[in-house]
Amino acid sequence: MSVNWSKYSAPMAFYPLAGRLIPWFACVAVVLMGVGLYMGFFVAPTDFQQGEAYRIIFVHVPAAWMSMFLYVVMAVWAGIGLGLNARLSFMMAQAIAPTGAMFTFLALLTGAMWGKPTWGAWWVWDARLTSELILLFQYAGVMLLRTSIDDLRRADRSSAVFALVGVVNVPIIYFSVQWWNTLHQGASVSMSTGSKMAATMLTAMLLMTLAFWLYSVAVILSRVRCIVIERESLPVWEGEPTVVQKVAEVR
Amino acid sequence: MQWGSASEFFAMGGYGLYVWTSFVVTALCMVWEVLALWRRRAAARAEHRAMLLGGTDETAA
Amino acid sequence: MSRSSMWEAVGGIVRRDLLLAMRRRSDAAMSVFFLVIVVSLFPLGVGPEPAVLRTIGPGVLWVAALLACLLSLARVFTADYVDGTLEQMVLVPQPLAVLVVGKVFAHWVISGLPIVLLSPLLGLQFGLSGESLGVLVMSLLLGTPTLSMIGTIGAALVLGVRGSGLLVALLVLPLYVPVLIFGAGAVTGSMAGIGAEANLSLLGACLVLSLFLAPWATAAALRIALE
Repeated sequence: MSVNWSKYSAPMAFYPLAGRLIPWFACVAVVLMGVGLYMGFFVAPTDFQQGEAYRIIFVHVPAAWMSMFLYVVMAVWAGIGLGLNARLSFMMAQAIAPTGAMFTFLALLTGAMWGKPTWGAWWVWDARLTSELILLFQYAGVMLLRTSIDDLRRADRSSAVFALVGVVNVPIIYFSVQWWNTLHQGASVSMSTGSKMAATMLTAMLLMTLAFWLYSVAVILSRVRCIVIERESLPVWEGEPTVVQKVAEVR
Repeated sequence: MQWGSASEFFAMGGYGLYVWTSFVVTALCMVWEVLALWRRRAAARAEHRAMLLGGTDETAA
Repeated sequence: MSRSSMWEAVGGIVRRDLLLAMRRRSDAAMSVFFLVIVVSLFPLGVGPEPAVLRTIGPGVLWVAALLACLLSLARVFTADYVDGTLEQMVLVPQPLAVLVVGKVFAHWVISGLPIVLLSPLLGLQFGLSGESLGVLVMSLLLGTPTLSMIGTIGAALVLGVRGSGLLVALLVLPLYVPVLIFGAGAVTGSMAGIGAEANLSLLGACLVLSLFLAPWATAAALRIALE
Protein backbone atom coordinates (compact mmCIF):
# COMPACT_ATOMS: atom_id res chain seq x y z
CA MET A 1 0.00 0.00 0.00
CA SER A 2 1.59 3.23 -1.08
CA VAL A 3 0.88 6.55 0.51
CA ASN A 4 1.64 9.86 -1.11
CA TRP A 5 3.48 11.37 1.84
CA SER A 6 4.33 14.68 0.22
CA LYS A 7 0.63 15.40 -0.08
CA TYR A 8 0.35 15.42 3.70
CA SER A 9 3.60 17.20 4.37
CA ALA A 10 2.27 20.54 5.56
CA PRO A 11 -0.40 19.31 8.02
CA MET A 12 1.91 16.50 9.11
CA ALA A 13 4.64 18.93 10.06
CA PHE A 14 2.15 21.30 11.59
CA TYR A 15 0.37 18.79 13.82
CA PRO A 16 3.19 18.04 16.29
CA LEU A 17 4.47 21.63 16.20
CA ALA A 18 1.03 22.94 17.19
CA GLY A 19 0.84 20.28 19.87
CA ARG A 20 4.04 21.58 21.44
CA LEU A 21 2.99 25.24 21.21
CA ILE A 22 -0.55 24.96 22.59
CA PRO A 23 0.40 24.43 26.29
CA TRP A 24 2.64 27.49 26.22
CA PHE A 25 0.01 29.75 24.73
CA ALA A 26 -2.61 28.36 27.11
CA CYS A 27 -0.42 28.82 30.20
CA VAL A 28 0.59 32.37 29.34
CA ALA A 29 -3.05 33.18 28.54
CA VAL A 30 -4.19 31.92 31.94
CA VAL A 31 -1.45 33.84 33.77
CA LEU A 32 -2.16 37.05 31.87
CA MET A 33 -5.88 36.65 32.45
CA GLY A 34 -5.23 36.24 36.19
CA VAL A 35 -3.03 39.33 36.33
CA GLY A 36 -5.46 41.29 34.12
CA LEU A 37 -8.45 40.39 36.30
CA TYR A 38 -6.53 41.30 39.45
CA MET A 39 -5.53 44.65 37.95
CA GLY A 40 -9.04 45.23 36.68
CA PHE A 41 -10.85 44.46 39.92
CA PHE A 42 -8.38 45.41 42.64
CA VAL A 43 -5.89 47.93 41.26
CA ALA A 44 -7.87 49.98 38.74
CA PRO A 45 -9.81 52.75 40.50
CA THR A 46 -13.54 53.36 40.30
CA ASP A 47 -14.52 55.47 37.31
CA PHE A 48 -15.94 58.74 38.57
CA GLN A 49 -18.57 58.92 35.82
CA GLN A 50 -19.67 55.32 35.33
CA GLY A 51 -18.92 53.90 38.75
CA GLU A 52 -18.09 50.22 38.87
CA ALA A 53 -20.07 49.41 35.70
CA TYR A 54 -17.11 50.43 33.59
CA ARG A 55 -15.27 47.28 34.70
CA ILE A 56 -17.19 45.45 31.98
CA ILE A 57 -14.73 46.94 29.48
CA PHE A 58 -12.12 44.47 30.73
CA VAL A 59 -14.01 41.75 28.87
CA HIS A 60 -16.00 43.86 26.43
CA VAL A 61 -13.20 45.70 24.65
CA PRO A 62 -10.89 42.65 24.32
CA ALA A 63 -13.80 40.55 23.01
CA ALA A 64 -14.77 43.22 20.48
CA TRP A 65 -11.18 43.69 19.31
CA MET A 66 -10.64 39.96 18.98
CA SER A 67 -13.89 39.51 17.04
CA MET A 68 -12.74 42.00 14.38
CA PHE A 69 -9.11 40.90 14.41
CA LEU A 70 -9.99 37.22 14.06
CA TYR A 71 -12.27 37.95 11.10
CA VAL A 72 -9.42 39.70 9.31
CA VAL A 73 -7.03 36.86 10.15
CA MET A 74 -9.60 34.34 8.92
CA ALA A 75 -9.96 36.25 5.66
CA VAL A 76 -6.17 36.43 5.26
CA TRP A 77 -5.88 32.66 5.67
CA ALA A 78 -8.80 32.21 3.29
CA GLY A 79 -7.05 34.44 0.75
CA ILE A 80 -3.76 32.57 1.14
CA GLY A 81 -5.67 29.32 0.72
CA LEU A 82 -7.29 30.50 -2.50
CA GLY A 83 -4.06 32.00 -3.84
CA LEU A 84 -1.64 29.20 -3.02
CA ASN A 85 -4.14 26.35 -2.88
CA ALA A 86 -2.79 25.38 0.53
CA ARG A 87 -5.02 23.07 2.53
CA LEU A 88 -3.58 24.07 5.88
CA SER A 89 -4.64 27.70 5.29
CA PHE A 90 -8.22 26.62 4.72
CA MET A 91 -8.06 24.56 7.90
CA MET A 92 -6.84 27.65 9.77
CA ALA A 93 -9.71 29.70 8.36
CA GLN A 94 -12.15 26.97 9.33
CA ALA A 95 -10.71 26.79 12.84
CA ILE A 96 -10.85 30.55 13.43
CA ALA A 97 -14.55 31.04 12.59
CA PRO A 98 -16.15 29.51 15.73
CA THR A 99 -13.85 31.36 18.12
CA GLY A 100 -14.38 34.61 16.24
CA ALA A 101 -18.14 34.12 16.33
CA MET A 102 -17.97 33.44 20.06
CA PHE A 103 -16.08 36.67 20.71
CA THR A 104 -18.54 38.57 18.52
CA PHE A 105 -21.42 37.18 20.56
CA LEU A 106 -19.61 38.05 23.80
CA ALA A 107 -18.86 41.57 22.57
CA LEU A 108 -22.56 42.09 21.81
CA LEU A 109 -23.69 40.60 25.12
CA THR A 110 -21.22 42.47 27.30
CA GLY A 111 -21.93 45.61 25.27
CA ALA A 112 -25.59 45.31 26.19
CA MET A 113 -24.61 44.73 29.83
CA TRP A 114 -22.54 47.89 29.71
CA GLY A 115 -25.05 49.92 27.74
CA LYS A 116 -28.00 49.34 30.06
CA PRO A 117 -26.51 51.05 33.14
CA THR A 118 -24.51 53.70 31.24
CA TRP A 119 -26.91 54.83 28.49
CA GLY A 120 -30.09 53.28 29.85
CA ALA A 121 -30.61 51.04 26.81
CA TRP A 122 -29.58 47.48 26.06
CA TRP A 123 -29.14 48.28 22.41
CA VAL A 124 -28.71 51.40 20.27
CA TRP A 125 -28.29 51.48 16.49
CA ASP A 126 -24.78 52.82 16.69
CA ALA A 127 -22.14 52.17 14.04
CA ARG A 128 -20.06 49.92 16.26
CA LEU A 129 -22.96 47.84 17.50
CA THR A 130 -24.47 47.45 14.06
CA SER A 131 -21.21 46.43 12.42
CA GLU A 132 -20.57 43.96 15.24
CA LEU A 133 -24.04 42.46 14.66
CA ILE A 134 -23.41 42.18 10.93
CA LEU A 135 -20.03 40.64 11.72
CA LEU A 136 -21.83 37.94 13.72
CA PHE A 137 -24.11 37.28 10.72
CA GLN A 138 -21.06 36.98 8.49
CA TYR A 139 -19.34 34.54 10.81
CA ALA A 140 -22.58 32.54 10.80
CA GLY A 141 -22.69 32.76 7.00
CA VAL A 142 -19.13 31.48 6.64
CA MET A 143 -19.82 28.54 8.96
CA LEU A 144 -23.25 27.71 7.51
CA LEU A 145 -21.94 27.83 3.95
CA ARG A 146 -19.18 25.43 4.93
CA THR A 147 -21.49 22.95 6.63
CA SER A 148 -24.00 23.04 3.76
CA ILE A 149 -21.44 21.94 1.17
CA ASP A 150 -20.53 18.26 1.29
CA ASP A 151 -17.53 18.42 -1.01
CA LEU A 152 -14.66 19.47 1.26
CA ARG A 153 -12.65 21.24 -1.42
CA ARG A 154 -15.60 23.31 -2.52
CA ALA A 155 -16.63 24.00 1.09
CA ASP A 156 -13.14 25.37 1.77
CA ARG A 157 -13.02 27.57 -1.27
CA SER A 158 -16.59 28.84 -1.27
CA SER A 159 -16.50 29.89 2.37
CA ALA A 160 -13.12 31.53 1.68
CA VAL A 161 -14.67 33.65 -1.09
CA PHE A 162 -17.50 34.68 1.23
CA ALA A 163 -15.08 35.51 4.05
CA LEU A 164 -13.15 37.79 1.68
CA VAL A 165 -16.32 39.51 0.44
CA GLY A 166 -17.27 40.12 4.08
CA VAL A 167 -13.98 41.86 4.79
CA VAL A 168 -14.97 44.59 2.33
CA ASN A 169 -18.47 44.76 3.78
CA VAL A 170 -17.78 45.43 7.47
CA PRO A 171 -15.96 48.78 7.11
CA ILE A 172 -18.57 49.94 4.60
CA ILE A 173 -21.29 49.13 7.12
CA TYR A 174 -19.40 50.90 9.88
CA PHE A 175 -19.14 54.10 7.90
CA SER A 176 -22.63 53.89 6.45
CA VAL A 177 -24.20 53.55 9.90
CA GLN A 178 -22.06 56.39 11.21
CA TRP A 179 -23.25 58.53 8.32
CA TRP A 180 -26.84 57.40 8.91
CA ASN A 181 -26.59 58.38 12.58
CA THR A 182 -25.31 61.86 11.83
CA LEU A 183 -28.35 62.24 9.62
CA HIS A 184 -30.71 61.10 12.37
CA GLN A 185 -29.49 63.57 14.95
CA GLY A 186 -30.13 62.65 18.54
CA ALA A 187 -29.90 58.95 17.99
CA SER A 188 -26.14 59.08 18.28
CA VAL A 189 -24.64 58.15 21.60
CA SER A 190 -21.18 59.17 22.64
CA MET A 191 -19.39 55.92 23.26
CA SER A 192 -15.98 57.31 24.11
CA THR A 193 -14.66 56.09 27.41
CA GLY A 194 -12.79 59.34 27.81
CA SER A 195 -9.23 59.99 26.88
CA LYS A 196 -8.27 60.41 30.51
CA MET A 197 -8.54 56.74 31.27
CA ALA A 198 -6.39 55.86 34.28
CA ALA A 199 -3.15 54.13 33.39
CA THR A 200 -4.04 51.08 35.49
CA MET A 201 -7.37 50.73 33.65
CA LEU A 202 -5.58 50.79 30.32
CA THR A 203 -2.98 48.29 31.52
CA ALA A 204 -5.66 45.90 32.76
CA MET A 205 -7.53 46.20 29.46
CA LEU A 206 -4.41 45.55 27.39
CA LEU A 207 -3.46 42.59 29.58
CA MET A 208 -6.91 41.08 29.09
CA THR A 209 -6.66 41.69 25.34
CA LEU A 210 -3.32 39.93 25.21
CA ALA A 211 -4.75 37.08 27.29
CA PHE A 212 -7.74 36.73 24.93
CA TRP A 213 -5.38 36.78 21.98
CA LEU A 214 -3.21 33.99 23.35
CA TYR A 215 -6.32 32.06 24.38
CA SER A 216 -7.56 32.35 20.78
CA VAL A 217 -4.23 31.11 19.43
CA ALA A 218 -4.28 28.07 21.75
CA VAL A 219 -7.91 27.23 21.02
CA ILE A 220 -7.56 27.74 17.27
CA LEU A 221 -4.40 25.64 17.07
CA SER A 222 -6.04 22.79 18.90
CA ARG A 223 -9.09 23.08 16.64
CA VAL A 224 -6.80 22.86 13.60
CA ARG A 225 -5.37 19.69 15.13
CA CYS A 226 -8.89 18.25 15.43
CA ILE A 227 -9.54 19.16 11.81
CA VAL A 228 -6.26 17.53 10.75
CA ILE A 229 -7.28 14.30 12.48
CA GLU A 230 -10.75 14.45 10.97
CA ARG A 231 -9.58 15.16 7.45
CA GLU A 232 -6.21 13.51 6.91
CA SER A 233 -5.89 9.79 6.60
CA LEU A 234 -2.84 9.49 8.87
CA PRO A 235 -2.12 12.02 11.59
CA VAL A 236 0.75 11.79 14.00
CA TRP A 237 -0.17 9.62 16.96
CA GLU A 238 1.88 11.24 19.63
CA GLY A 239 1.84 9.34 22.91
CA GLU A 240 0.33 6.28 21.30
CA PRO A 241 3.25 4.24 20.00
CA THR A 242 1.20 1.03 20.13
CA VAL A 243 -1.20 2.34 17.52
CA VAL A 244 1.61 3.53 15.27
CA GLN A 245 3.33 0.19 15.63
CA LYS A 246 0.17 -1.77 14.93
CA VAL A 247 -0.58 0.27 11.84
CA ALA A 248 3.00 -0.24 10.64
CA GLU A 249 2.71 -3.97 11.22
CA VAL A 250 -0.50 -4.25 9.26
CA ARG A 251 1.03 -2.33 6.42
CA MET B 1 -7.78 48.45 47.07
CA GLN B 2 -11.20 50.04 47.02
CA TRP B 3 -13.33 47.22 48.46
CA GLY B 4 -14.20 47.32 52.16
CA SER B 5 -15.74 43.84 52.25
CA ALA B 6 -16.53 40.85 50.07
CA SER B 7 -20.19 41.84 49.78
CA GLU B 8 -19.15 45.29 48.61
CA PHE B 9 -16.97 43.63 45.99
CA PHE B 10 -19.83 41.47 44.70
CA ALA B 11 -22.28 44.38 44.72
CA MET B 12 -19.98 46.37 42.35
CA GLY B 13 -21.48 49.65 43.45
CA GLY B 14 -24.98 48.49 42.50
CA TYR B 15 -23.91 47.27 39.06
CA GLY B 16 -23.14 43.73 40.22
CA LEU B 17 -25.72 42.07 38.01
CA TYR B 18 -24.32 43.66 34.84
CA VAL B 19 -20.66 43.25 35.69
CA TRP B 20 -20.87 39.66 36.93
CA THR B 21 -23.16 38.53 34.12
CA SER B 22 -20.58 39.81 31.63
CA PHE B 23 -17.64 38.12 33.29
CA VAL B 24 -19.41 34.86 34.11
CA VAL B 25 -20.89 34.41 30.63
CA THR B 26 -17.49 35.15 29.07
CA ALA B 27 -15.83 32.61 31.35
CA LEU B 28 -18.53 30.02 30.66
CA CYS B 29 -18.18 30.48 26.90
CA MET B 30 -14.42 29.99 27.08
CA VAL B 31 -14.66 26.93 29.33
CA TRP B 32 -17.36 25.48 27.11
CA GLU B 33 -15.23 26.04 24.02
CA VAL B 34 -12.24 24.28 25.58
CA LEU B 35 -14.38 21.34 26.74
CA ALA B 36 -16.08 21.05 23.36
CA LEU B 37 -12.68 20.94 21.67
CA TRP B 38 -11.53 18.31 24.13
CA ARG B 39 -14.53 16.14 23.30
CA ARG B 40 -14.17 16.74 19.58
CA ARG B 41 -10.55 15.68 19.69
CA ALA B 42 -11.31 12.55 21.69
CA ALA B 43 -14.12 11.59 19.33
CA ALA B 44 -11.99 12.23 16.24
CA ARG B 45 -9.13 10.16 17.60
CA ALA B 46 -11.35 7.30 18.66
CA GLU B 47 -13.04 7.20 15.28
CA HIS B 48 -9.72 7.39 13.52
CA ARG B 49 -8.18 4.63 15.55
CA ALA B 50 -11.17 2.41 14.82
CA MET B 51 -10.89 3.22 11.13
CA LEU B 52 -7.15 2.58 10.96
CA LEU B 53 -7.11 -0.66 12.91
CA GLY B 54 -10.45 -2.02 11.77
CA GLY B 55 -10.26 -0.76 8.20
CA THR B 56 -6.87 -2.30 7.44
CA ASP B 57 -8.15 -5.70 8.50
CA GLU B 58 -10.82 -5.48 5.85
CA THR B 59 -8.35 -4.59 3.13
CA ALA B 60 -6.08 -7.42 4.22
CA ALA B 61 -8.88 -9.93 4.07
CA MET C 1 -8.98 39.01 -27.90
CA SER C 2 -10.81 41.87 -29.53
CA ARG C 3 -13.06 44.16 -27.59
CA SER C 4 -15.92 43.62 -29.96
CA SER C 5 -16.01 39.87 -29.44
CA MET C 6 -16.23 40.46 -25.70
CA TRP C 7 -19.19 42.81 -26.05
CA GLU C 8 -20.79 40.40 -28.49
CA ALA C 9 -20.53 37.65 -25.92
CA VAL C 10 -22.01 39.82 -23.19
CA GLY C 11 -24.76 41.01 -25.50
CA GLY C 12 -25.49 37.43 -26.46
CA ILE C 13 -25.87 36.43 -22.82
CA VAL C 14 -28.16 39.40 -22.09
CA ARG C 15 -30.30 38.67 -25.14
CA ARG C 16 -30.53 35.00 -24.31
CA ASP C 17 -31.49 35.56 -20.68
CA LEU C 18 -34.09 38.17 -21.60
CA LEU C 19 -35.55 35.86 -24.22
CA LEU C 20 -35.77 33.03 -21.71
CA ALA C 21 -37.40 35.39 -19.22
CA MET C 22 -39.92 36.51 -21.83
CA ARG C 23 -40.87 32.89 -22.37
CA ARG C 24 -41.40 32.40 -18.65
CA ARG C 25 -43.00 35.70 -17.77
CA SER C 26 -44.73 34.30 -14.70
CA ASP C 27 -41.35 33.89 -12.96
CA ALA C 28 -40.52 37.56 -13.23
CA ALA C 29 -44.09 38.57 -12.41
CA MET C 30 -43.96 36.54 -9.21
CA SER C 31 -41.27 38.60 -7.49
CA VAL C 32 -43.02 41.83 -8.47
CA PHE C 33 -46.28 40.44 -7.10
CA PHE C 34 -44.43 39.49 -3.91
CA LEU C 35 -43.16 43.05 -3.57
CA VAL C 36 -46.65 44.51 -3.93
CA ILE C 37 -48.12 42.12 -1.35
CA VAL C 38 -45.38 42.68 1.21
CA VAL C 39 -45.62 46.45 0.87
CA SER C 40 -49.42 46.33 1.15
CA LEU C 41 -49.25 44.27 4.32
CA PHE C 42 -47.43 46.94 6.29
CA PRO C 43 -50.21 49.56 6.49
CA LEU C 44 -52.57 46.78 7.55
CA GLY C 45 -50.19 45.75 10.30
CA VAL C 46 -49.03 49.16 11.46
CA GLY C 47 -52.24 51.13 11.08
CA PRO C 48 -53.49 53.68 8.59
CA GLU C 49 -52.15 56.89 10.22
CA PRO C 50 -50.63 58.89 7.32
CA ALA C 51 -47.84 60.35 9.46
CA VAL C 52 -46.65 56.90 10.60
CA LEU C 53 -46.89 55.50 7.08
CA ARG C 54 -44.87 58.40 5.65
CA THR C 55 -42.16 57.76 8.26
CA ILE C 56 -41.87 54.04 7.67
CA GLY C 57 -42.63 54.17 3.93
CA PRO C 58 -39.09 54.52 2.53
CA GLY C 59 -37.73 51.80 4.79
CA VAL C 60 -40.59 49.41 4.05
CA LEU C 61 -40.31 49.93 0.30
CA TRP C 62 -36.57 49.38 0.37
CA VAL C 63 -36.72 46.29 2.56
CA ALA C 64 -39.43 44.85 0.31
CA ALA C 65 -37.29 45.60 -2.76
CA LEU C 66 -34.37 43.81 -1.07
CA LEU C 67 -36.49 40.74 -0.40
CA ALA C 68 -38.00 40.71 -3.90
CA CYS C 69 -34.50 40.87 -5.36
CA LEU C 70 -33.45 38.03 -3.07
CA LEU C 71 -36.30 35.80 -4.26
CA SER C 72 -35.26 36.06 -7.87
CA LEU C 73 -31.59 35.26 -7.19
CA ALA C 74 -32.11 31.51 -7.37
CA ARG C 75 -33.01 31.89 -11.04
CA VAL C 76 -29.79 33.61 -12.09
CA PHE C 77 -27.61 30.53 -12.49
CA THR C 78 -29.70 27.46 -11.61
CA ALA C 79 -31.11 26.72 -15.07
CA ASP C 80 -27.71 27.27 -16.71
CA TYR C 81 -26.10 25.08 -14.07
CA VAL C 82 -28.55 22.24 -14.66
CA ASP C 83 -28.38 22.22 -18.46
CA GLY C 84 -24.61 22.66 -18.65
CA THR C 85 -24.58 26.17 -20.17
CA LEU C 86 -22.57 27.43 -17.23
CA GLU C 87 -19.75 25.01 -17.90
CA GLN C 88 -19.58 26.30 -21.46
CA MET C 89 -19.47 29.86 -20.13
CA VAL C 90 -16.44 29.03 -18.03
CA LEU C 91 -14.67 27.52 -21.06
CA VAL C 92 -15.15 30.34 -23.58
CA PRO C 93 -12.14 32.61 -24.22
CA GLN C 94 -13.90 35.72 -22.91
CA PRO C 95 -13.19 36.41 -19.21
CA LEU C 96 -15.87 34.90 -16.99
CA ALA C 97 -16.16 38.07 -14.89
CA VAL C 98 -17.25 40.03 -17.97
CA LEU C 99 -19.84 37.41 -18.89
CA VAL C 100 -21.09 37.60 -15.31
CA VAL C 101 -21.78 41.30 -15.83
CA GLY C 102 -24.09 40.27 -18.68
CA LYS C 103 -25.91 37.82 -16.41
CA VAL C 104 -26.25 40.49 -13.72
CA PHE C 105 -27.55 43.05 -16.17
CA ALA C 106 -30.16 40.62 -17.45
CA HIS C 107 -31.18 39.80 -13.87
CA TRP C 108 -31.56 43.49 -13.12
CA VAL C 109 -33.71 44.10 -16.21
CA ILE C 110 -35.94 41.15 -15.28
CA SER C 111 -36.31 41.70 -11.55
CA GLY C 112 -34.83 45.12 -10.65
CA LEU C 113 -36.31 47.34 -13.32
CA PRO C 114 -39.94 46.30 -12.66
CA ILE C 115 -39.41 47.24 -9.02
CA VAL C 116 -38.08 50.65 -10.02
CA LEU C 117 -41.00 51.25 -12.38
CA LEU C 118 -43.59 50.11 -9.87
CA SER C 119 -42.15 51.97 -6.88
CA PRO C 120 -43.93 55.35 -7.39
CA LEU C 121 -47.26 53.56 -7.27
CA LEU C 122 -46.29 51.80 -4.03
CA GLY C 123 -44.91 55.05 -2.66
CA LEU C 124 -48.34 56.61 -3.12
CA GLN C 125 -49.78 53.98 -0.79
CA PHE C 126 -47.53 55.40 1.90
CA GLY C 127 -48.38 59.02 1.16
CA LEU C 128 -45.00 60.01 -0.26
CA SER C 129 -45.03 63.40 -1.98
CA GLY C 130 -44.00 64.07 -5.57
CA GLU C 131 -40.40 64.98 -4.86
CA SER C 132 -39.87 62.04 -2.52
CA LEU C 133 -41.33 59.73 -5.15
CA GLY C 134 -38.73 60.98 -7.61
CA VAL C 135 -35.96 60.39 -5.11
CA LEU C 136 -37.37 56.92 -4.40
CA VAL C 137 -37.23 56.01 -8.09
CA MET C 138 -33.76 57.49 -8.38
CA SER C 139 -32.46 55.63 -5.33
CA LEU C 140 -33.91 52.32 -6.54
CA LEU C 141 -32.48 52.95 -10.00
CA LEU C 142 -29.02 53.33 -8.48
CA GLY C 143 -29.45 50.72 -5.76
CA THR C 144 -31.11 47.73 -7.41
CA PRO C 145 -28.20 47.08 -9.82
CA THR C 146 -25.95 46.90 -6.76
CA LEU C 147 -28.37 44.43 -5.20
CA SER C 148 -28.17 42.28 -8.34
CA MET C 149 -24.36 42.56 -8.35
CA ILE C 150 -23.98 41.49 -4.72
CA GLY C 151 -26.77 38.94 -4.95
CA THR C 152 -25.16 37.03 -7.80
CA ILE C 153 -22.09 36.41 -5.61
CA GLY C 154 -24.37 34.63 -3.15
CA ALA C 155 -26.25 32.84 -5.93
CA ALA C 156 -22.95 31.53 -7.33
CA LEU C 157 -21.70 30.45 -3.91
CA VAL C 158 -24.77 28.33 -3.11
CA LEU C 159 -25.13 26.84 -6.59
CA GLY C 160 -26.31 23.23 -6.26
CA VAL C 161 -25.99 23.32 -2.46
CA ARG C 162 -28.73 21.81 -0.34
CA GLY C 163 -30.98 24.35 1.36
CA SER C 164 -29.64 27.01 -0.99
CA GLY C 165 -32.78 29.16 -0.91
CA LEU C 166 -32.46 30.03 2.75
CA LEU C 167 -28.67 30.02 2.74
CA VAL C 168 -28.44 32.64 0.00
CA ALA C 169 -30.65 34.93 2.11
CA LEU C 170 -28.38 34.51 5.13
CA LEU C 171 -25.28 35.21 3.04
CA VAL C 172 -26.57 38.11 0.99
CA LEU C 173 -28.75 40.11 3.39
CA PRO C 174 -25.83 41.29 5.59
CA LEU C 175 -24.13 42.49 2.42
CA TYR C 176 -27.25 44.46 1.45
CA VAL C 177 -27.16 46.63 4.59
CA PRO C 178 -25.21 49.62 3.19
CA VAL C 179 -27.47 49.83 0.12
CA LEU C 180 -30.53 49.72 2.36
CA ILE C 181 -29.17 52.49 4.58
CA PHE C 182 -28.27 54.82 1.71
CA GLY C 183 -31.37 54.01 -0.33
CA ALA C 184 -33.90 54.53 2.43
CA GLY C 185 -31.77 57.41 3.74
CA ALA C 186 -32.03 59.25 0.43
CA VAL C 187 -35.83 59.18 0.56
CA THR C 188 -36.09 60.12 4.25
CA GLY C 189 -33.50 62.81 3.64
CA SER C 190 -35.55 64.38 0.89
CA MET C 191 -38.67 64.19 3.07
CA ALA C 192 -36.87 65.85 5.98
CA GLY C 193 -35.60 68.60 3.69
CA ILE C 194 -31.94 67.66 4.13
CA GLY C 195 -31.67 66.69 0.49
CA ALA C 196 -30.94 63.32 -1.07
CA GLU C 197 -27.78 64.15 -3.03
CA ALA C 198 -25.27 62.81 -0.50
CA ASN C 199 -27.07 59.49 -0.08
CA LEU C 200 -27.59 59.14 -3.81
CA SER C 201 -23.92 59.73 -4.52
CA LEU C 202 -23.01 57.15 -1.88
CA LEU C 203 -25.40 54.72 -3.61
CA GLY C 204 -23.59 55.49 -6.84
CA ALA C 205 -20.28 54.81 -5.12
CA CYS C 206 -21.63 51.45 -3.92
CA LEU C 207 -22.67 50.66 -7.48
CA VAL C 208 -19.25 51.48 -8.88
CA LEU C 209 -17.48 49.52 -6.14
CA SER C 210 -19.71 46.48 -6.64
CA LEU C 211 -19.27 46.76 -10.41
CA PHE C 212 -15.53 46.43 -9.96
CA LEU C 213 -15.42 43.80 -7.23
CA ALA C 214 -18.56 41.66 -7.42
CA PRO C 215 -18.04 40.13 -10.92
CA TRP C 216 -14.63 38.81 -9.87
CA ALA C 217 -16.02 37.27 -6.71
CA THR C 218 -18.93 35.77 -8.66
CA ALA C 219 -16.59 34.38 -11.31
CA ALA C 220 -14.38 32.84 -8.61
CA ALA C 221 -17.41 31.33 -6.89
CA LEU C 222 -18.71 29.91 -10.19
CA ARG C 223 -15.35 28.31 -10.98
CA ILE C 224 -15.28 26.75 -7.52
CA ALA C 225 -18.85 25.47 -7.92
CA LEU C 226 -18.11 23.90 -11.30
CA GLU C 227 -14.83 22.20 -10.43
